[in-house]
Amino acid sequence: MGIYEISFWVLTIMALSCALGVILSRNPVNSVLFLIATFFAISGHYILLNAQFLAIVNIIVYAGAIMVLFLFVIMLMNLNADTEPQKNRLVQIAGAISGGTLLLVILAALRTSTIESLDQQATDIGLIKNLGKTLFTQFVLPFEISSVLFLSAMIGAVVIGKKEKEHTA
Amino acid sequence: MQLDIAFIIEKVLLISVILLGSLGIAMYATWAERKVAAVMQDRRGPNRAGFMGLLQPLADGLKLFFKEEIIPDRSTRFLFILGPALAMLTAVMTSAVVPWGPDIATDNGVISLQVADINIGILFIFGVVSLGVYGVMLGGWASNNKFSLLSSIRAASQAISYELAMGLSLVAMLMMTGSLSLREIVEQQHGFWDNGYFTWNFFKQPLGFMIFLVCAFAELNRAPFDLPECESELNMGYHQEYSSMKLGFYLFAEYINLFISSAVIATLFFGGYNFPFMDEVAAGVNPILFAIICVMALLTKVICIILFFMFIRWTLPRFRYDQLMRLGWKSLIPLALVNMVVTGAVILWVIK
Repeated sequence: MGIYEISFWVLTIMALSCALGVILSRNPVNSVLFLIATFFAISGHYILLNAQFLAIVNIIVYAGAIMVLFLFVIMLMNLNADTEPQKNRLVQIAGAISGGTLLLVILAALRTSTIESLDQQATDIGLIKNLGKTLFTQFVLPFEISSVLFLSAMIGAVVIGKKEKEHTA
Repeated sequence: MQLDIAFIIEKVLLISVILLGSLGIAMYATWAERKVAAVMQDRRGPNRAGFMGLLQPLADGLKLFFKEEIIPDRSTRFLFILGPALAMLTAVMTSAVVPWGPDIATDNGVISLQVADINIGILFIFGVVSLGVYGVMLGGWASNNKFSLLSSIRAASQAISYELAMGLSLVAMLMMTGSLSLREIVEQQHGFWDNGYFTWNFFKQPLGFMIFLVCAFAELNRAPFDLPECESELNMGYHQEYSSMKLGFYLFAEYINLFISSAVIATLFFGGYNFPFMDEVAAGVNPILFAIICVMALLTKVICIILFFMFIRWTLPRFRYDQLMRLGWKSLIPLALVNMVVTGAVILWVIK
């Protein structure tokens, strides 16, 4: 096994075990920390794929900004395992059924599909210059449409924020 | 894949030198800060330990080491220890992408004075800076103290707000350089005067530099933006429950951050290791001596910027929290956006 395989397996085990840690830990702060570690493992995978830009943007946006806000809210609300209300039995059953259905659908989809083996050769498409050129020439329409989507999400947040203010004032 | 032993030894040596250097400079930055404060307030400052108090940082370090380690009873033990460790880790990680000097061509190949020349150097710095807030947040929350929690939440919102303006102010500069690699940005600022204009980015992007500098103050939690450790409102801030070397790590990380971010500012805006008439000097001396002169030029710029940070700290009063947020969101971000649009227009129509 070369360095590439070793780092692939280490990162894979890290990503999977940290993802399990997110859903298994009782304390929400620990869950958030496990999620951050998962993002790091996935960024490591991006680096192995020679997509450095994607790797670092994943860290800046998700680990550096969004998870800080998650942590922020959790710390302010001071959620703990003791204060968490007991879940209704009906909710638990409904959760198990819907989760199981999703699993069935995924299994059914994956059973017949075949995955093409990936090239071992490094591609340069993940480097920032090539990525920018592709995004702004070949995929310019989907790119702009997704930015409009973000704009609408932002306007929605502002509208919700405004409404709250009117009620309290 | 074959591992290159000589390459690893070279990099390990370089990393150790940079780490020890930044620790040493951070140590003496605490001494310089107290001397600067003393001069500005018409006092003498530390002058008992050694000549001009030069041994004072050593004495302070020893004192921190020998104090009792206290971990509060109701704290979250693991995160309480992780907090200062993360603060220290993120403080030193940024030094990896700063080019400390030019390549030295020897008989056995080229020695690079940069730990890693990655093509996304600036984004790496942003990534590490955005992680830096975790040290403060986790430490403040794990202390299980209301003042620490309030302080860490202030630190987080301040850091996120000013990161935006910081990134936007750099976009304008990156449009001019056309590269994210710090090495290329430094090489474009070669010398001092070329083609009828200054080569340093400071003269090409003065407004971008001003915005970046203000944001750097906020990201470093330094006065006038040191609200996370605002004594009059929050006792001591996020490190109130800390003692001994864990407190020392927090305080030390702040000074390492000061040094590294000064190095980043010097690299981005003041030409890094370049200095006027460097071609004439390079022709006259041998390559190793030239590299040393270049490193000295960079360190001189860094020390000037650190002194500037200190002068500001002892000159301006602290902002109020709402003023801080208003400045970040309503002044700096629109200003950075305007700067970006104007730069883009100039590049399109004037320079081409």
